[in-house]
Amino acid sequence: MGSIKIRSKRIDGKTQIRTLIAHPMEHGRNIDKKTNQPIPAHFIQELTVTHNGRIIANCTMGGSISKDPYFAFMLKGGEPGDKIVISWVDNLGRKDSEQHIIK
Amino acid sequence: MSVNRREFLKKSISFGACSVAAASGLLSAESANAEWVAENFAPSILEETLKNLFKDQKLIETDKINIKIPKIAENGAVVPITVTSSLDGIENISILVEKNPVPLAARFDLSPELEPFVSARLKMAETSDVIVIAQTGNNLYSARETVKVTIGGCGG
Repeated sequence: MGSIKIRSKRIDGKTQIRTLIAHPMEHGRNIDKKTNQPIPAHFIQELTVTHNGRIIANCTMGGSISKDPYFAFMLKGGEPGDKIVISWVDNLGRKDSEQHIIK
Repeated sequence: MSVNRREFLKKSISFGACSVAAASGLLSAESANAEWVAENFAPSILEETLKNLFKDQKLIETDKINIKIPKIAENGAVVPITVTSSLDGIENISILVEKNPVPLAARFDLSPELEPFVSARLKMAETSDVIVIAQTGNNLYSARETVKVTIGGCGG
């Protein structure tokens, strides 16, 4: 679906990994102003970050994370050519995954 | 006719049970590390959420967790937060917003390959304390910061 953007930056031997994900992150308590109906919950539940195939971060979250969530992590080390994969699963079972090579 | 119907019912029930088992098996295999636990993200008060997350373990207040967050948030829908720490061996970091309907915003399980550093953006319903809890081995460390919200982030 291409919902994930990944950027990496090498800083003093460390690698900062930033990600921006396009997702509504509806927590289910908002009311649609046009129809006066509640907007069903639709948010990312799990986010996984892997570095060269090993899981380095596993995040669980609720609807209190902003729409189009942004996350940043700092990897100790990290070399150009290393592979970062970020994937998410939401409460409706939809998922997406994106690969990034550190430059 | 009635026998057929009974058998059909039996079969459909056992089939249903099988698919449920398969689905739950798949789930646990996929998320071996940290599973999304509905209880932790249920609407409740902060104390209940903390109890669910950490049982009755004591939280140690520390100044070694650094929370970078605006003191005054103009828009509660997007409140940027960055957590860093000088503590060693942090296994996970939880971010909670005391007065949100669902206090737990996110929980990050970090491998030793990562620095104790996490950035995210939070929704805040109203002026509230933001609490960060870091777990190292058997100890839980906490720090909090008050954020004044001028426009709530829960819409409606």
